[in-house]
Amino acid sequence: METIVNARIKQVLKGDQNAYGEIVELYKDKIFQLCYRMLGNRHEAEDVAQEAFIRAYINIHGFNQSKKFSSWIYRIATNLCIDRIRKKKPDYFLDAEVPGTEGLTMYSQIASDTDMPEDQLARMELQEVVQKEISNLPEKYRAVIVLKYIEELSLNEISEILDLPLGTVKTRMHRGRENLRKRLKNL
Amino acid sequence: MSCPEKYIAYMHEFLDEDISKENEQELRDHLRTCPSCEQHFKELKKAIAFVQSTAHIKAPDNFTMGIMANLPKEDKKIEVSRWLKHHPLLAAASLFIVLMAGSLFTSWNQDDQFSFSKQPNLVVENNTVIVPEGEVVTGDIVVRNGKVQIEGEVQGDVTVINGEKYLASAGHVTGEIREVDALFEWIWYHIKTTAQETLNLEDEQEQSLQ
Repeated sequence: METIVNARIKQVLKGDQNAYGEIVELYKDKIFQLCYRMLGNRHEAEDVAQEAFIRAYINIHGFNQSKKFSSWIYRIATNLCIDRIRKKKPDYFLDAEVPGTEGLTMYSQIASDTDMPEDQLARMELQEVVQKEISNLPEKYRAVIVLKYIEELSLNEISEILDLPLGTVKTRMHRGRENLRKRLKNL
Repeated sequence: MSCPEKYIAYMHEFLDEDISKENEQELRDHLRTCPSCEQHFKELKKAIAFVQSTAHIKAPDNFTMGIMANLPKEDKKIEVSRWLKHHPLLAAASLFIVLMAGSLFTSWNQDDQFSFSKQPNLVVENNTVIVPEGEVVTGDIVVRNGKVQIEGEVQGDVTVINGEKYLASAGHVTGEIREVDALFEWIWYHIKTTAQETLNLEDEQEQSLQ
């Protein structure tokens, strides 16, 4: 896979835009998935994932071909997601509807530390609950959890993607898991 | 929970597949005897299983198209070089035209000195070529950057480039009289004479063949 990608990158560097389309095809699902799990919203995920690919294209001259392209594009996408989450924070309105739910407003999220009523839980699909709890993780834990358990990357790759020492990745993984455990233990 | 913190750390080391044999054994022994730690470990594994169980989703259908439409325009240089690769003949032709135009232009600029075709019995006075009265010039006369005054007879064409011609009432020219002033006329004149010369050459060749 990496050899195909490197051949395509050489074509892109020569100015062939169509070769870039093939690279996008190879990674689009992974990157979209990452963005969706980070942001919890399809529309925003599409927006950010596309921006990640466009940025990668613009900066392709700066890509070191001895490294993995996948790590590079994951890094761009993760950083864009974290930026988006940070910018989004002040936009929360308590009476706004929670994405992916019917009639659930932010008021219900305030109380999410306490257990949700059984009937409400039953109404939400299990996967939506899990996604919601992933979205409630602080973004630095969210990134490592998503990269590890959804994108199935190794700790070494995650440390490369996030540009963090391995030890820091492990600590965040540890805290992220504990955080999730508390949120999901009653399911 | 009264258990030492290290067991929680061991659990995470185990989940990261980063635990030593001794610590793993220690953790297993402890979990067997401590229900609360066992519960904690189960909950951790359950949380991971939940996260992993979220269905893998795919990118929307028009995802790649959306990106390709929003990429910055290709470099002009690349566009030009790609165009040249696809149209080598047109590229060669346009290069030829550019070079031709260049050489014509320089020859136009260089020729700003007075000159005329040498013919017997022509009189020259202050940049004016005079065909004296009563004289007959056989052949063409070309005058550059000067005047021509015809009082006699010219059996041929008279061409004035960047100048003036004066034909006296008694003067007579059997061929064409042309005045070339502007740059484009000069180019046109150049092309016409070149074409004529080549045609003449062909005629001569044909004649010599016969």
